[in-house]
Amino acid sequence: MTEESALQRVKFYQTGTHTVGNRLMDDAARSVQASMDRSNAITSGHRACQGCGEALGARYALDSAMRAAQGQLVAVNATGCLEVFTTPYPETSWQIPWLHSLFGNAPAVATGVAAAMRRKGRDKVKVVAQGGDGGTTDIGFGCLSGMFERNDDVLYICYDNEAYMNTGVQRSSATPPAARTATTPALGDAPGNVFGTGKNMPLIAMAHNIPYVATASVADLHDLEAKVTRAMSISGSRYIHIMVPCPLGWGSAPCDTIRIARLAVACGLFPLFEAEDGEVVRTGKIRRPVPVEEYLKPQRRFAHLFKKGQEDKERLAVIQRMADSNIRRFRLRGEGEDS
Amino acid sequence: MLKQVEGSVAVAEAVALCRPEVVCAYPITPQTHIVEGVGALVKSGALENCEFINVESEFAALSVAIGASAAGARAYTATASQGILFMAEAVYNAAGLGLPIVMTVGNRAIGAPINIWNDHTDAMSVKDAGWIQLFAETNQEAVDLHIQAFRLAEELSCPVMVCMDGFILTHAYERVDVPAQEEVDAFLPPYDPVQVLDPADPYSIGAMVGPDAFTEVRYLAHDKQLQALQLIPEIASVFKEVFGRESGGLLHPYRTEGAETIVVALGSVNGTIKEVVDSMRAEGAAVGSVSICSFRPFPLAELKAALAGARNIVVVEKSLAPGLGGVVASNVRMAMQETPRTVHTVIAGLGGRPITTASLRRVVTEAATGDLPDVHFLDLDKQVVAQEIARAKKTRRSGPAAENILKHLASAKSTGNAGALS
Repeated sequence: MTEESALQRVKFYQTGTHTVGNRLMDDAARSVQASMDRSNAITSGHRACQGCGEALGARYALDSAMRAAQGQLVAVNATGCLEVFTTPYPETSWQIPWLHSLFGNAPAVATGVAAAMRRKGRDKVKVVAQGGDGGTTDIGFGCLSGMFERNDDVLYICYDNEAYMNTGVQRSSATPPAARTATTPALGDAPGNVFGTGKNMPLIAMAHNIPYVATASVADLHDLEAKVTRAMSISGSRYIHIMVPCPLGWGSAPCDTIRIARLAVACGLFPLFEAEDGEVVRTGKIRRPVPVEEYLKPQRRFAHLFKKGQEDKERLAVIQRMADSNIRRFRLRGEGEDS
Repeated sequence: MLKQVEGSVAVAEAVALCRPEVVCAYPITPQTHIVEGVGALVKSGALENCEFINVESEFAALSVAIGASAAGARAYTATASQGILFMAEAVYNAAGLGLPIVMTVGNRAIGAPINIWNDHTDAMSVKDAGWIQLFAETNQEAVDLHIQAFRLAEELSCPVMVCMDGFILTHAYERVDVPAQEEVDAFLPPYDPVQVLDPADPYSIGAMVGPDAFTEVRYLAHDKQLQALQLIPEIASVFKEVFGRESGGLLHPYRTEGAETIVVALGSVNGTIKEVVDSMRAEGAAVGSVSICSFRPFPLAELKAALAGARNIVVVEKSLAPGLGGVVASNVRMAMQETPRTVHTVIAGLGGRPITTASLRRVVTEAATGDLPDVHFLDLDKQVVAQEIARAKKTRRSGPAAENILKHLASAKSTGNAGALS
């Protein structure tokens, strides 16, 4: 790259679903979603909202897990949107063995399934447990921590849409500051959710020293699939935290789900990284950083921060500081570093 | 093999003989020695092909069992008291999903106030969750019921809890015949699931069911328990053939022929009751007793038949429905609704208070003479209770009731003036 050239270098970027099925890529590099033999672990006919980020994320993740496990996979689901919209009695959109027990016990149930498979001599059957942010960071927290501490052989995936969406958009411990929810209404002096200390589930997972922790986004399909695949190659407890925008709860357009997921990463509020045995080992670099406003503005749950002539500069500054702090902490703006 | 051994240890051995594949353990008095016993058997290799998982709560314990059972493994856990409440959501879930989990309940009171001693509040708190509930009278029966329980659970695809009185049975050293592995293997075949998570034949378990089908699903749960009414005596009968002794079944009548007064109870207190029956019979009183072994399903027809000849029925129970009276007594009354008898409720043994032969004799005598009130708290210290009620009436900020009662008792002891007004 020492030669100066009048020609502009053309850079090919992986830009998520835009390149699903890209015929310029060789088969091995194509996404699972682009392949004819993807398992469709969740098939069509489910009742998710138009533009549902969770349906997308779950499909991406489970098809990858199915490929990695060569079809030998069982899914355990916590109560929540995913569970409800995939199993409207008497139908199910699951094409893999699937168990829903309760809201707070998916990790423990998965532990039991994994143990049973070992006892029955069916070690090749892998177990994925999944839940929303409510089932993971709140009501299921105890069971999840227990699973991590025992290093049970389960991949736990959290689909984080930052509130209890299934029951009508109530606040969870994953709800970001200032966000409007049904229990943190945009009223009074401090509209929306409190500016609290937060609850960083990926860091909490890392603190348990489990073999693999990662964050992923529905805006970066290849990255998400690679992380699921890597997780499936490791035994012990693994945790993947996927941000999944919710058009209904976030007040965004259904066609904007992937764009908003990309903006969350680009502004630094949702850092992409991987950790092994409690240490960060890889981070996803932000190529084109954006101010947090660009991410927040398309979501009506933050509309009260952008009232005409009355922009809440103070709160926006705090949110920007949070993003900047993530960028620093996870080194999201390294030049020339491998991502 | 005959052993003089702690009840918990005998149960641990019995459970191990049933070849469980996943055992999940969370400690709570008085079941701890059971799960410790099973854990030691796994760790030493005596119990093969079994995973012993130390979980972080009772809720997790039963949840692990749910996952294991749904994946085709024979699963077991144990709990008591507060633990059964902490896992209550999972208790209903396991029954609703039809998973043949076996669980020991070391019967213990439920707080507040916190109390570690025996009564039946814990089992009663989940009596209508859809589990089969069997009550052991002795440590021998506790051993035998666990073996029967696995077979019963798996034939019906319904979870079974085996209840044994905390401390009285769990921590008592009694002579117990622990069967041989070959005998248990002959009686209990490997678990053949009705439903199982299998990539080769995938289906979804645990879907939401709406108003259009929920009643039917619940009716089937009721029907399953009615089937158990047939199956429990059948299994007890096969057990007798294989192991050579009577154990389990729906209920055990004792000297009820010609009895005018019959005492009905669950669990270990039946031992004391039988002694009272024997001594009163020796004096010419026409008394008998019935020990209910299967509380759920409740043996309405069998109980009605066993109590048919009696004029007075005295239900001695270690449970209370505050504001109503007896829990077991209410169930007994249901059995007698077509042939009304006087059914007395005697609330006894709460929080581990000993039930003496003298007190039992008194209530049985009073029942026969018509002097026993409908609901009677055995050996209640009426003075202490009256004092506390009066104190609470006098002052708004009267303080915590339990602590006040303890103070009354302490001061009465020190002044030697039991029951003196403060």
